[in-house]
Amino acid sequence: MKIPFSWLKEYVDVNISAEELQQKLFSCGFEVEELIYVGEGVEKVVVGKILSCEKHPDADRLTVCQVDCGSYGTKQIVTAATNVFAGAAVPVALDGSSVRHEGGFQKIKTGKLRGVTSEGMFCSGEELGINDDFYEGAEVNGILILGSEAEAGEDIKPVVGIDDYIFDVAVTANRPDCQSILGIACEVAAVLGIPHGGFMPASPYRAEPSDVKFTVEVKEPALCPRYVGSYVKGVGIGKSPQWLRRRLALCGMRSVNNIVDITNYVLLEVGQPMHAFDRRFLHGDAVVVRRAEAGEKITTLDEKEFTLTPDNLLICDADRPVALAGVMGGLNSEIREDTTEVFFEAATFARDSVRKTSRALGQRSDSSARFEKGVYPILPHYGMQRALCLVRKLGCGTPTSDLFLPEFCDKQLRDLARQEIATTYEKINSLLGISVPKEEVNAILGRLGFEVTDMGASFSVKVPLWRGDIEGWPDLAEEVIRMYGYDHIEPTFLKNATVTMGGLTPAQETQLKFKRVLADEGFMEACNYSFYSPKDFDLLRLPADACERRAVKILNPISEDLSVMRTLLLPSMLQNVVRNVRRGNESGRLFELANVYLAEELPLKELPAEREKAVLALWGEGDFFDLKGAVEAVAEAFDLKISFARTEKPFLHPGVSAKVLLGEKEVGFLGELHPEIATELALERKVYVAELDYDGMKKKFRRDIAYHNLPKFPDVERDLAVVVDEKVTCAEMTECILRACKAVKRAELFDVYRDKRLGEGKKSMAFRLTFAPDENAEKGLTPEAVDGFFRKIVGNLGHHLGAELR
Amino acid sequence: MDENDKIVEEAEEAASVAEDSKALYEARMKFLGKAGKVTALMKRMKEIAAEMRPAFGKQVNALREKLEAMFAEHEEKMKRRELERKLAAEQVDVTMPGRRKREGALHPVTRVKNELIDIFSGMGFEVFEGPEIENDYYNFTALNTPADHPARDMQDTFYLTDEFLLRTQTSAGQIRLMEQKKPPIKMLSPGRVFRSDDDATHSPMFHQMEGLVVDRGITLCDLQGMLDKFAKEMFSETSKTRLRPSYFPFTEPSVEVDVSCHNCGGKGCPLCKGTGWIEVLGAGMVNRRVLENCGVDPDEYTGFAFGMGIERIAMLKYGINNIKLLTENDVRFLEQFKG
Repeated sequence: MKIPFSWLKEYVDVNISAEELQQKLFSCGFEVEELIYVGEGVEKVVVGKILSCEKHPDADRLTVCQVDCGSYGTKQIVTAATNVFAGAAVPVALDGSSVRHEGGFQKIKTGKLRGVTSEGMFCSGEELGINDDFYEGAEVNGILILGSEAEAGEDIKPVVGIDDYIFDVAVTANRPDCQSILGIACEVAAVLGIPHGGFMPASPYRAEPSDVKFTVEVKEPALCPRYVGSYVKGVGIGKSPQWLRRRLALCGMRSVNNIVDITNYVLLEVGQPMHAFDRRFLHGDAVVVRRAEAGEKITTLDEKEFTLTPDNLLICDADRPVALAGVMGGLNSEIREDTTEVFFEAATFARDSVRKTSRALGQRSDSSARFEKGVYPILPHYGMQRALCLVRKLGCGTPTSDLFLPEFCDKQLRDLARQEIATTYEKINSLLGISVPKEEVNAILGRLGFEVTDMGASFSVKVPLWRGDIEGWPDLAEEVIRMYGYDHIEPTFLKNATVTMGGLTPAQETQLKFKRVLADEGFMEACNYSFYSPKDFDLLRLPADACERRAVKILNPISEDLSVMRTLLLPSMLQNVVRNVRRGNESGRLFELANVYLAEELPLKELPAEREKAVLALWGEGDFFDLKGAVEAVAEAFDLKISFARTEKPFLHPGVSAKVLLGEKEVGFLGELHPEIATELALERKVYVAELDYDGMKKKFRRDIAYHNLPKFPDVERDLAVVVDEKVTCAEMTECILRACKAVKRAELFDVYRDKRLGEGKKSMAFRLTFAPDENAEKGLTPEAVDGFFRKIVGNLGHHLGAELR
Repeated sequence: MDENDKIVEEAEEAASVAEDSKALYEARMKFLGKAGKVTALMKRMKEIAAEMRPAFGKQVNALREKLEAMFAEHEEKMKRRELERKLAAEQVDVTMPGRRKREGALHPVTRVKNELIDIFSGMGFEVFEGPEIENDYYNFTALNTPADHPARDMQDTFYLTDEFLLRTQTSAGQIRLMEQKKPPIKMLSPGRVFRSDDDATHSPMFHQMEGLVVDRGITLCDLQGMLDKFAKEMFSETSKTRLRPSYFPFTEPSVEVDVSCHNCGGKGCPLCKGTGWIEVLGAGMVNRRVLENCGVDPDEYTGFAFGMGIERIAMLKYGINNIKLLTENDVRFLEQFKG
């Protein structure tokens, strides 16, 4: 919200500087996002009266002027402008001055033009940063010619209206009343303790009776709770006076004509959006507020055509739509140069109705922005009063005495009652934790327009009609403290609170441990969005009926690429790998632990299950078994008995892919990314990926450590090397060894060796066997006993798997 | 006697030319071994007249002792020399890199989240996590933000259906917790939140940490006291907080909380845009309606709530200048958060 300092000062006699006011506004909840000095960059530019103009002796196109600059003396200025003449008052940039130039500033110094000294420069409107709305004639091609009232030597800034500040104030969503000059003026008066005219200062106007009667019918009172219309006759369309145009310009609005400017002025000053119709185009002198019919069309003032639905509210005359309610007027009924009769509208529309229409049609305006934030029911009457007062002030028409309202609105506003809140000073202080003197409480609330009745320990207030955000006594506490000052709060540390125990739940601790185990394995933790592209499922070659494709969709995604909720984490991780490789990170290890979202039913009927999964990727250095090692490390950390078995996934290398089993249950997969997908992603090096069902695994995580007695006798180790057929797997060998003999505690493969001498299709596998005596044994294992076990194992391997001792 | 001196001379010569222990041993044997010269002298005893024998024997023994001592000395030297030689041969280039396991790293957001949990759990907060997909009630309505409330515009929401949405704030967890647990409550709720905002300074997904305290006699002074403590632990011993009025539908009064700039100590620098203060979080006293919605009697209990963006804290703490780095997952970025 842009607040020109000069406009604010019309309502509050501010006695501090703009910078000080910025601080004050900040302290009471209105952050000034930008404090703009309108005349910034225009320095040492004064009014000059041209005494004489003579041709330059050596240049036809230059003129040498003697200029009376008042207290600065008479200056000689050489100019190329052709619109200057003796007797004219013009802005003179003196030696050492500065003016606006191409979006920046330019220094002006005394210099010579074709041998003749020029002690400065005449300025155009542009060089002062102004247009016609600031000063008539500012847009002329040449030098700005000032009015005769300007005095020589006077600083130019007040003369052309740029000696002013604009406060760009951020207004919180609960304070729509402060989307206006008057609203901010109230806050400023309250925070500075200056008496002022209130939120709605008197705005009297003279009206004449009229026979012209309008009918107002509101078919949707819930969407248009208040509507006030008024008829103005004898209208003469023309330019608005300079002061009004300048104010609109300071707020960034273009001047159109007096009647339209009045509606915009009221919008800025009061916060009430208004609209003016040409009576000629308001058929039947009738206003009907209704929902649009499906497919109905309207063309707005900016010549855009919209096709509507019943969600859109319309202002219509007896025959047709004339405005999109709360958003923009229709082109068919706009004010024209020859308009002589005007119907003013001031109304309130439901916030969400305006918002929906504005969003659906992509049509926003200053009016819609205010309606979306909320316009209080008191405002239309006051806004109308203010508009009619301005009509008189500008002399551009004759207000008439009737106000036209729908049946359900009371002309005398008797249906608008001020809310009353009763509370105690003690309650206010108990929430704040400090003691604000009651006189201070009363004074602050009084300054903000509350009517306070002090009843000793308790008090009651009547809430101003424009403060719909005040709902109860805590709101009063906030009003008090923001005006009293948050610096009065004395930090205490939970003086009265019960002592509680804090910390992570066991589940959260486990999650953190899981991440730490992977970090110990060299994996960096990644963090990805929870949504991705539906195309990611195609990339993974998931079949059409794959359950992963049943993803929850976002109705209003940022883009199609971020439109479905993750059902598996792998696609995000692949993107991470691609990005890393593209950036020259030749190797890396990443993991992410995050939720996937699994819907029971689509579209959603209930909250989907959020299931935590872990995804791992490794590229550049390491292979399948490095990744498998990491999965095993996780299993070891949580004492999980997992196993691996060959599997096929459409996105994994068919020969290098395994499922992870926890008992019989599949809790994940790992493998090499399918070379076809790798090629598609331009990944030249092999990428290994795994995804683990963390939630499925965590139920089996060991919670507590239980100590086992140390063995009484040392273990005995023996190495075993056998030659087997290529097709025999490590798992088969291990199982066979462990079954052969109870005394084998572990059988670990440590070498696989292939050689022509072993025979075609054969390989040598070497295991390290660890033997341990029975827990209750009285003595350790003898070499002879171990020899016996060894022979039995070799025998079984030979019998079951055709293994031969090397 | 001449002969003995000659033997000593020979032996010393032999010992000193020996290259290694083996040669030295051989030299020793040549004199003191079974077939050695000293042994040979001893054998000559028989040939010597009986009365001369004691003197001869004494001389030979003296010779043996002398040689043994001499060889022992040489052996000692030899051992030392050989050890030196061995050690010299075993020398390594100590400037070569150590052999080690690759080290991974936790994400900076995880690190900061853990740090926040540590700080607040020390103050008696327990951690509660709610779902990321929420329904309208928990995310908005129960938090005093009904359907037509303008505050819904403060956060651009991703909708899944009319009813379900991606939570825009971890505050949704407040309601779920208070439905389950009655005061006294000290809760911390970290997690992912989502807003349809994607530009240089906004990410459509980020993390928030919500804090909630509900008990008897909780005041605004307690809120600032707790946040002061948080700021000191998170940023610096000298950090201070400043409250200023703001608006959230679920708190009343609502405040923005600024922390004195840890970079310049409040003097003003580019990080704090010259103000000496950095906006860190939003907070306020829990709105009575929110308590009522959860079945907590607002006349008996009061409370405060605060919420902060974890990414924002991480960026301030580590000096990260671009929020996008946090979701790009470039390993060169992530590995800076090791240890």
